[in-house]
Amino acid sequence: MTDTIEKVSIIVSKGSLEGIYPALIMANGARAEGMEANLFFTFFGLDAVHKKHHEHIKISTVGNPGLHVPTLLGGLPGVSTAMTHYMNHKMEKLDIPSIPEFVEMIADTGAGMYACKASVDLFGLEKNDFIDQIQDIITVGEFYEMAAGGPIIFT
Amino acid sequence: MTTATFAGTPVDTNDEGFFTDPDQWTEAMAPELARDADIDELTDRHWQVIRFMRQEYFDKGTGPTVRILGKSSGVSVKELYQLFPKAPAKTAARIAGIPKPRGCI
Repeated sequence: MTDTIEKVSIIVSKGSLEGIYPALIMANGARAEGMEANLFFTFFGLDAVHKKHHEHIKISTVGNPGLHVPTLLGGLPGVSTAMTHYMNHKMEKLDIPSIPEFVEMIADTGAGMYACKASVDLFGLEKNDFIDQIQDIITVGEFYEMAAGGPIIFT
Repeated sequence: MTTATFAGTPVDTNDEGFFTDPDQWTEAMAPELARDADIDELTDRHWQVIRFMRQEYFDKGTGPTVRILGKSSGVSVKELYQLFPKAPAKTAARIAGIPKPRGCI
């Protein structure tokens, strides 16, 4: 019998498109393979589950060498929005769900979704600011308890 | 590759229990395959998914992922996880006699 992973805990700390999608793909993939999966949203990663922001997640066009857009150009008004449109269009063609749809689907697979208490306090938010799929606002200690026994992935 | 027997007929499967030749599968094998996956009884809803799995496999060359099943099979993601606990696409593929679905989303 080869080794198997029974549970993964994925921390989403970034609020950019390229920061959020990999985490969602890994959580969804874990559930598809029959693993338990929990997502923890912290710092700017909270935008992925914030009612007002989750439909407006953008790709970073500044300080992102992999995008091959010069930083000065990437900083011009509208460039991030245009690149995001382009990327969303490409993903739609591949039938990759939007972030709000993807998060809802992952919750439907039975994955847990939690917001980080320190970040929620820092930004002056409350549970009501988040989509219904967020089950609870938890502390770092509670996170470690929940993550015990499985790998932790930080994105 | 190993040989397993379902409904009295020997079939070829891989190490993970997926059929390597979907043409060897018959509907009569499904209840036995389901019991191996701890599903006692196949309902109409299960069959809807199983038939969709095979249809997609023969149309596209690979079985559908959970996302595709949820979108197109007529069974929601939530219900898929109830019908085929743990890993719906993998379990349904085993019962439907097709190889493991490949796809990241």
